[in-house]
Amino acid sequence: MATIHVDGKQYDVDGADNLLQACLNLGLDIPYFCWHPALGSVGACRQCAVKSFRDENDKMGRIVMSCMTPASNGTYISIDDEEAKAFRATIVEFLMTNHPHDCPVCEEGGHCHLQDMTVMTQHHSRSYRFTKRTHLNQDLGPFIGHEMNRCISCYRCVRYYKDYAGGTDLGVYGSAANVYFGRAEEGTLESEFSGNLTEVCPTGVFTDKTHSERYTRKWDMQYAPSICASCSVGCNVSPGERYGEIRRVENRYHGELNGYFLCDRGRFGYGYTNLKDRPRHPLIDGATVTSDVALGAARGMINGASKVIAIGSPRASVEANYALRTMVGAASFYDGHATQEGELVKLALQIVRDGPVPATTITAMEDADAVLVLGEDITATAPRMALAVRQAARGKGRALADEKKVSDWQAISLADLLQRDSYPVFVASVDSTRLDDIAHATVRAAPEDLARLGFAVANLLDASSPAVAGLDEATAAQAKAIADALAAAKKPLIISGTGAGSTAVMQAAANIAWALKAKNDATGLALTLPEANSYGLAMLEPQPLADALEALASGAADTLVVLENDLYRRAPKAVVDAALAKVKSLIVIDHTATDATARAQVVLPAATVFEGDGTVVNYEGRAQRHFQVYDPKYYDASLAQVESWRWLAVLEAASGWKILDDITGACATAVSGLAGIVDAAPGAAFRIDGLKIAREPHRYSGRTAMRANQAVSEIRQPVDPDTPLSFSMEGYNGVGGLDRPAALMPYAWAPGWNSPQSWNKFQQEIGGHLRGGDPGKLLFAGGATQAYFTDVPAAFTPSGSGSGFRVLPLHLHFGGDELSSRAEPIRERASTAFVAIARADVARAGVNGHATVSVDGELVQLPTFISDTLPAGTVGLPAGFAGVPFVAYGVDATVSGG
Amino acid sequence: MSTPETVVKLAELTGKTQEAPFVLTDDERHEIEHEIAHYPDARAASIGALKIIQARRGWVPDGALEPVAKMLGIGAAELEGVATFYSLIYRKPVGRHVVKVCDSITCFMVGYEDIKKTLEQHLGITHGQTTADGRFTMLPICCIGACDKGPALMVDDDLHHDLTPDNVVGIVEAYK
Amino acid sequence: MSLEQELLVRPLTARVNLEAPMDIAAYEASGGYLAVRNAIRDLQPADVQAKVKDSNLRGRGGAGFPTGIKWGLVPMGPDAGTKYLVCNADEMEPNTFKDRLLMEGVPHQLIEGMLVAGYAIQATTGYIFLRGEYVKSAERLNAALAEARAAGLLGKNILGSGWSFELSVHTGAGRYICGEETALINSLEGRRANPRAKPPFPQIAGAWGRPTVVNNVESLSNLPHIINNGAEWFKGLSQGKSKDGGTKLYGCSGRVKRGGIYELPIGTSAREIIEEHAGGMRDGYTLKCWLPGGASTDFLMPEHLDLPMDFDSISKAGSRMGTGLIMAVDQTANMVSLVRNLEEFFARESCGWCTPCRDGLPWSVKMLIALEEGRGRMEDIEQLTKLTKALGPGRTFCAHAPGAMEPLQSALKFFRAEFEAGVAPAGTADADANIGLTGVVVNAKVA
Repeated sequence: MATIHVDGKQYDVDGADNLLQACLNLGLDIPYFCWHPALGSVGACRQCAVKSFRDENDKMGRIVMSCMTPASNGTYISIDDEEAKAFRATIVEFLMTNHPHDCPVCEEGGHCHLQDMTVMTQHHSRSYRFTKRTHLNQDLGPFIGHEMNRCISCYRCVRYYKDYAGGTDLGVYGSAANVYFGRAEEGTLESEFSGNLTEVCPTGVFTDKTHSERYTRKWDMQYAPSICASCSVGCNVSPGERYGEIRRVENRYHGELNGYFLCDRGRFGYGYTNLKDRPRHPLIDGATVTSDVALGAARGMINGASKVIAIGSPRASVEANYALRTMVGAASFYDGHATQEGELVKLALQIVRDGPVPATTITAMEDADAVLVLGEDITATAPRMALAVRQAARGKGRALADEKKVSDWQAISLADLLQRDSYPVFVASVDSTRLDDIAHATVRAAPEDLARLGFAVANLLDASSPAVAGLDEATAAQAKAIADALAAAKKPLIISGTGAGSTAVMQAAANIAWALKAKNDATGLALTLPEANSYGLAMLEPQPLADALEALASGAADTLVVLENDLYRRAPKAVVDAALAKVKSLIVIDHTATDATARAQVVLPAATVFEGDGTVVNYEGRAQRHFQVYDPKYYDASLAQVESWRWLAVLEAASGWKILDDITGACATAVSGLAGIVDAAPGAAFRIDGLKIAREPHRYSGRTAMRANQAVSEIRQPVDPDTPLSFSMEGYNGVGGLDRPAALMPYAWAPGWNSPQSWNKFQQEIGGHLRGGDPGKLLFAGGATQAYFTDVPAAFTPSGSGSGFRVLPLHLHFGGDELSSRAEPIRERASTAFVAIARADVARAGVNGHATVSVDGELVQLPTFISDTLPAGTVGLPAGFAGVPFVAYGVDATVSGG
Repeated sequence: MSTPETVVKLAELTGKTQEAPFVLTDDERHEIEHEIAHYPDARAASIGALKIIQARRGWVPDGALEPVAKMLGIGAAELEGVATFYSLIYRKPVGRHVVKVCDSITCFMVGYEDIKKTLEQHLGITHGQTTADGRFTMLPICCIGACDKGPALMVDDDLHHDLTPDNVVGIVEAYK
Repeated sequence: MSLEQELLVRPLTARVNLEAPMDIAAYEASGGYLAVRNAIRDLQPADVQAKVKDSNLRGRGGAGFPTGIKWGLVPMGPDAGTKYLVCNADEMEPNTFKDRLLMEGVPHQLIEGMLVAGYAIQATTGYIFLRGEYVKSAERLNAALAEARAAGLLGKNILGSGWSFELSVHTGAGRYICGEETALINSLEGRRANPRAKPPFPQIAGAWGRPTVVNNVESLSNLPHIINNGAEWFKGLSQGKSKDGGTKLYGCSGRVKRGGIYELPIGTSAREIIEEHAGGMRDGYTLKCWLPGGASTDFLMPEHLDLPMDFDSISKAGSRMGTGLIMAVDQTANMVSLVRNLEEFFARESCGWCTPCRDGLPWSVKMLIALEEGRGRMEDIEQLTKLTKALGPGRTFCAHAPGAMEPLQSALKFFRAEFEAGVAPAGTADADANIGLTGVVVNAKVA
């Protein structure tokens, strides 16, 4: 604690902060550009100048940059000082000498930090009368637009992209007034986290290209607090809608999860919801019918069935899955994961919920000082974790700075001290990963061998955990290096998950974490899961999917209800075909056209995550609510997509469920592990000052004309019975003392702060937790010490001859996720399908540019990718890619040339 | 799994023709390695390495960035950031001889502008340009420490001072 | 005077031979490397530091910071690890041509100076950061380094002392900002030469995060003499003309009769330098004003000529001694043009890191061009005056822009009428919107 004096008032602040942070924490506005809560201070823009005085008697004072000045005890400063104010206005005037003043045609306009700061400094007329320098722009790929003329050279982009996110293909070029930020050569930005440039850039240099085509100003969109559906991290997002289309996804700050940053898949993968060929009307045998007709048909099928079973979905909400389970009964409710994946998720649940080490938050991962990633390519399977691990590695800079008495916000000094040093990160995976560049050591091996390595590490940490028999010398040495680094760490972190498809890998990871935990309470663990609501589904304890397919194929059941699931992604084609061939009635509830909807007699159109309310449970066991962004019916009354749980509530009329709270409450009561989901966000009755919370900014315009093509009279805004949010600009949108719960913030805005920087106004302290608590409710109460897992697998033995290869799923950031891979920009960014084969195996397989791969009887021809990292005797197939067959774990394929 | 790498290699496999890649000569490679040996971190040889390329090729071609950056353990964008920062690294082709005319204050005061004008008329180019025959490029340069003998210029590595509009043409003409 | 005597009067230049500098044998025959041999044999590093501190040698790069105090921040002791000594030989300050003389004329003296400094701070590695254009300096330093290495003065376990020190030449590729010590360190590391934040100071965390001392060529070249002859001798060199000690390499350029470099007692008056050593103005030329020590110093007037040229006296007169190389401005010079040239230089050489410097300097150039061409406005003069504040000390990240403002503010002060003469008469079209920056950027590939 330190006492500082600002314009004659005394405040208590954290003396470890700089003055800018300290003042922002106090709610005092100082304009800034180059400083960013996640990027620290570099003193480049000179915008945050204040007057500093030696003591209370000093009347002269001197101009200092608040971001570069510690908030030490006894500091006297003035923000309102005339000289400081004039200087701050001069800085904006300098920036404006080259800025094009093109706000009316600039996509940043309306959520532009430069606009906000210009208004704040009150610079309003310029004296510069000469020419402006101009730049050529670059095509940076499908995600990011580039307009360098707007650049104010704050260097945030390169500091974020290179230093923070580890990207190598964005740089700063030239010098003096001719500095240029872009790629060395035009081309697609390579980082999986490039989209954050659009929010890091304080003006319109880097903008969201996916938004450009359907551009709408920030104040003219409707928003809801939402949860990203593209992995199990559950990043909080703020999707914006206009005219019935999602137009942009922005980060929604969460102090324990995503912080300020998202991955590109999450940010740019929303396009599936806007697809024209999505089911938006009920179908019977492919023909559009009314909802009543479809419901009648479905009821008839269910009532007339000899046996109805249902398959749930890890990408559908807890409420939808619970409603389905209630309808058919727990014994007839089957897992929506592939069979083995379901087992892996169950194991993960057991480790994280019941074990002694709970899942580590993303923010806490950034503080780890030794990390082992076992079996995962987290940049693909849980991308936001990868970004956090990069910060963990860089965290050594803070420690070095501490030794030299340098504050941790001194970003330049931290980088100078760190150089190429980092905290140890070990990546053990089946093939190269996108995190290898920060790894102190990498291990490439088949899952069995990764597990053996992991068990060996655990055994070194605690001899009472099982030893690994017959470990080769090299692996033993690797295990020793990893164990030593983890044991020496203050905050070791183990990340594993379902990605390698191996229970043994996860068990080994658990053993390591548990062995460490016995000695070090600060041990962290995280297990990635296949999908956004994998845990929510698993906690409903579904039966294995294989049993469902077997029951159908054998005729034990004749009617199937499928919830938001493409079965062809969950089991071999032949198996699904055989099961569906026997089905009398197939009812599919989904928002996306899949091979399963194509075979359904009845299709009930579901809401996407953007169109509906629901609760999902992330990798930590955090239940989070996503809210409907807009009501499609407002634009077209014929549209019928509603949440799956709503279809099911109608089908199951006896349930009496009317609104979301009814079903959430019923589920919480019925399933003890899910009791906490009601607390994920306030219920429908919640009000602030008697008001619902507005989904639209108060300047939302054009509403009266929005439906003028249909009727000139403005219809009533849709009513939202399910949530405390209103489909309107009317309602609560204030900030201040009585703040709304963070889970109910649709978008970031505070008076004078229109850009994403306005999140600063909602935090307990800058870059920390949100006021009113970070959104969501942790469902796991903390487990207890468990016995070590003891099933150490035998080493993988590649088949030395012939055409048989173990198939390994390779996870890629783009193209493998079912929903986002349907979005056009993601498809453009994704690689084509391929089969990866170890260089040593090329001759044996006889492949030559192309290969024919046969898995479970399914034959596909794919281009080959020769890998120098894939273990011999294996082939890799990109998981979840269109044109790539379903691969069960541990399955062999035959591979041959051409 | 590294996506961009995959894409590149697939392109190779599918027989997409590519431009002849830039190849570092053995000499260049050895010299750069020698340079690297002076420092605790290879990247310190960035400027030295770029100068090694430039000494042989007159400038730093685009294709050089990637292989040189690789030797230095940095990204090509990082190296380009360095290459474009420093005024004596040329990222565009220059003439066989680079005429660097000191335009700093002392030379300016004692006749730089006349020297510049004479050169412009004689060579038909101004600063930043190269003669059509590729013989000369003209550039301004910061004070070259010959202030007591100004105006001064450098042609390549040679310093010439006490320039007058009468003698400067003869001086540059000696460079073929 | 014998060389021995001369070394006691003008130690830095007594041995200078630009045609054929002394090889190591000749240098040692004249007493060279004795300082380092004696220091290593007889003195602890702390003793060397104390001697230099006692001498009150002030940094000759331009800022005048006492060398001994600069060293005093360096962590010492057996656990201090890798430390660097860097010679700032990036001589690029306009109107500065003194370090070149020392490097081309007596390279061994600099190397010996670096050995003394390196021993004093127990540096493990040294670099001479030399500007790329000084080709002859590089050749001669490299030749001298090879001789010193062969003589066992560089490398492992020097003269059996247990102290090891490697030293090599690092050549730059342009950019004035590299002369700023933290920018120099970034450049040495192979990065863009943006200055670094201070604190931490380089002595604590400099090159590659390690303790690093950056000293100027002239400062380092003084060290062997201080060791040989003592602090009191050094202080006495100024002959009472200044409270600072030592000689100083002064110079004079412009339309004077004998421009050049002169090693004189520090505190010698500008009048003596210009009128005696430089022989006065050429016939037909009179002194209008003068820059005391480089582009980043304020203009002084003829009435300031009798000031002693030392850091404090020139500072009191509202300028800075800087490098101490005087540029004499004659009556034919247009001050607006001179300042335009200076600001063009500073604008071009800005590293582009901080806003006032990057965007303010080009603006000043454009206004100066307008005034120079008679297309200016009165507001331009007001705006230029505002810039001298907005780009002043503390407002910018480093001293580059404040340095740029020194000649501008002094020219505005002393020669305002010349600026006002550039204001277009009321009612005339000034057609001034199309003034671009005339500086040429050929290296930035991306337009």
